[in-house]
Amino acid sequence: MLYDLSATTLVEWSRWQFAMTAIYHYMFVPLTLGLSLLVAVMETTWYKTGNDDWLKATKFWMKLFGVNFAIGVATGLILEFQFGTNWSNYSWFVGDIFGAPLAIEGIVAFFMEATFVAVMFFGWRRVSKRFHLVSTWLVYVGTNISALWILVANGWMQDPVGMTFDPDTARNVMTSFTDVLSATAFNKFFHTVTSAYTLSACFVVGVCGWFFLKRRDTEFARKSILLGSVFGLISIALTIFTGDTTSQNIARTQPAKFAAMEGLNRGGNGVGLTVFGILADDPALPSKRLKSTTAAITLPGLLSWMSYRDCHAFIPGFQDILEGYTSHEGKTYAPVQQRIENGQRAMDALRSYKQAKKTNAAAADSALAVLRANYADFGYGSLSSPEEIIPHVPLVFYSFRIMVGLGFLFIVLFILSWWYAKKRQFNRFKFIPYLALACVPLAYIASQCGWIVAEVGRQPWVVQDLMTTHVAVTDITSTWVQVTFWLFALLFTVMLVAELKILCSQIKKGPEV
Amino acid sequence: MEFLQHYWWIIIALLGGILVFLLFVQGGQTLLYTVARTGDERDLLVNCLGHKWEFTFTTLVVFGGAFFASFPLFYSTSFGGAYLAWMVVLFCFVLQAVSYEYRRKANNLLGETTYNVFLIINGVLATVCVGAVVGSFFTGNPFRLNEMNQVAWMSPWRGIEVLFNVVNVALGLAIFFLSRTLASLYFMNSINHDTIFTRSKRQVLLNAVPFVVFLLTALTIILLSKGYAVDEEGNVTRVQYKYFHNLLEMPANTALLLVGVVGVLFGIGKSVCSARWRKGIWFTGIGTVLAVIALFIVAGFNNTAFYPSYTDPNSSLTIQNASSSEYTLETMAYVSLLSPLVIAYIFYAWRALNRKPLDIQEVKEDENAY
Repeated sequence: MLYDLSATTLVEWSRWQFAMTAIYHYMFVPLTLGLSLLVAVMETTWYKTGNDDWLKATKFWMKLFGVNFAIGVATGLILEFQFGTNWSNYSWFVGDIFGAPLAIEGIVAFFMEATFVAVMFFGWRRVSKRFHLVSTWLVYVGTNISALWILVANGWMQDPVGMTFDPDTARNVMTSFTDVLSATAFNKFFHTVTSAYTLSACFVVGVCGWFFLKRRDTEFARKSILLGSVFGLISIALTIFTGDTTSQNIARTQPAKFAAMEGLNRGGNGVGLTVFGILADDPALPSKRLKSTTAAITLPGLLSWMSYRDCHAFIPGFQDILEGYTSHEGKTYAPVQQRIENGQRAMDALRSYKQAKKTNAAAADSALAVLRANYADFGYGSLSSPEEIIPHVPLVFYSFRIMVGLGFLFIVLFILSWWYAKKRQFNRFKFIPYLALACVPLAYIASQCGWIVAEVGRQPWVVQDLMTTHVAVTDITSTWVQVTFWLFALLFTVMLVAELKILCSQIKKGPEV
Repeated sequence: MEFLQHYWWIIIALLGGILVFLLFVQGGQTLLYTVARTGDERDLLVNCLGHKWEFTFTTLVVFGGAFFASFPLFYSTSFGGAYLAWMVVLFCFVLQAVSYEYRRKANNLLGETTYNVFLIINGVLATVCVGAVVGSFFTGNPFRLNEMNQVAWMSPWRGIEVLFNVVNVALGLAIFFLSRTLASLYFMNSINHDTIFTRSKRQVLLNAVPFVVFLLTALTIILLSKGYAVDEEGNVTRVQYKYFHNLLEMPANTALLLVGVVGVLFGIGKSVCSARWRKGIWFTGIGTVLAVIALFIVAGFNNTAFYPSYTDPNSSLTIQNASSSEYTLETMAYVSLLSPLVIAYIFYAWRALNRKPLDIQEVKEDENAY
């Protein structure tokens, strides 16, 4: 087997460190992704019309972009290297596949960002207007290409395809790069990026709402709201569409995550969508990890329809997954206990193969055949009990509902903002600028909830069905991980506070040429 | 397969060379209170470096990413094993990333001086640690790989022990003084300020001397001591004068090293001797890239373990046992064909921004100035 380090504390601290870094990183990334596009559009408008109001707007939002960008870069560095520092077993087990998108991200995207962000900020007096505009667009392209490749890598972890296991080196090797660029990866990319655009639109509309509340720079704010709310409406529509395709994908590839999103213990045909519910402990359920849903508001048959476009489609719940089931596509999955045994058989076979390959070719071939036959369940061999496949249901269930609920609130915000900004009556009802302001932190909460659904929901897997999180961790004393965790927690918190203070200060200064 | 492994090692060497050259940004950060004496002068230095800090940062990330894609066993072994050493490097780069942007912004929480200190910390730690880690490519590390290629680091110091070796420390200090030398040459080239030019010129000499001393110390010991050779079965043994033999057995690479060294010394020498010559950064910079490429090739080619283990030599990493599969290397090789395009637009943008040397007036008038 891939050795179980039996060090719960170490795994927990490593997870906390990674989660903390990812959460901080993703506080800054979405604004970078969306604001870069808005700034590029504003500068283009200035370039085409010569209207200096758009130059003012460009420079104002660009400054906020710059403050945000720096801290995003800082936290991103730690995130990228943590795959090696904290998850070294993972890095070897799938590095042949996972490393490629990261390298491509660096070669294709990071250099583009680094080069043209310098021109964007310092080139106003040193390069032509056209070159500057192109640079601003290339910053947008660079940031979004960067997102594409890291999400291809993340998508692959959730739906590992295009590879085969090499027993000689005890790792997975890539067999098809085009397969790695899977539907899961692209769904993930489009959903993440469009939701980032939505957050950016909330940020723009919210900041402008503040200007309206302060009754200053209202014409600048009105123009930015018009652009931001239209951009937000398009983005949220695309976020909903890509969210739908993403959930269809999850239903097929990560049924346990899907069951956690819905709090679904026992599935069946024609399952309803739970719009609202409260989870509670239920001694009648076979595991304490499972919760029953009370006060549920359910739309009949909708979950089946959303997953397979068929109101009667079969959706498995946790108990179906534990006991084994046949999916809507007709694929049969063994009970988890059986899969654990298959996984252990595969791990034993790998060990036997390693021992026999130098001395006994026949035994090695035989072990290899067993390994190949059971490899699909390889990761299950690390589980000590079937219920370990159940992630933290309440966290996933509530995060999903908060994310979706806030998404619908943003639609209301964008429609109201667009309508009243167009009518030059944005501050006609005081609640609109206040709502806009409130939606700034709410957009960040929605964004983080999305990642909680994606990452907590896939536990215990770091690579779906092939490697559990506790096997992936680096063999190191947990003390060192605790030290670095607190060090980075302190540093990132100080940086965040500094960033917020600077942002507020820049916003108060307002637009100026 | 062998071609691809060598090809990717050369790409890694190239990235390593560019990274060491771009560490001039870090070197410049350590000179903030030496070359500059007033606030305006300091702002000028920071903004001059600030146009380039992202390149160093990005090159570090790409260096890591390229290593991950092409030699994942190095990535998992070194980053997971030498945990604390890499964390120190990463920590000080995080300090750098925000310091430029925040230092002179209103309400920046910590004050300008604190961010300047962060830049100095980054300048010292990043150069010394990167140099020391590269030194361990020759001196070895304490690790063992199990049959599943999972690393067990044999020192409780988790990478900090690279600083307990005189060769690694000498190489770390060599990189530190080289980065300060390069930074001084860069200031001479890119800043329009007579006093800064004169002080930078003095710093070139003051830093070049210890750079040469520490580099010669490290190289002499490396060339005269045992290196890690790989035999046909893949067994690793320590062989006397291995790296010296590599120089003799790869004459083209030795020539590359010499050209690099001559370029470095020429850039330094002419900058010091000539009254107004500003082009030293290009000669010393390109020389640095060539010399580092040559050193990486000495470390990895000619049946040499590039990341040796002194506790279990047979766990040492070679470009054969640490590489990705042929399919991945080939796929990534196609991606690497984009590199000339990347280099071209970097060069174009760099030239556009550096066409005119920076002066205090411009920094004062630039609303985006750091």
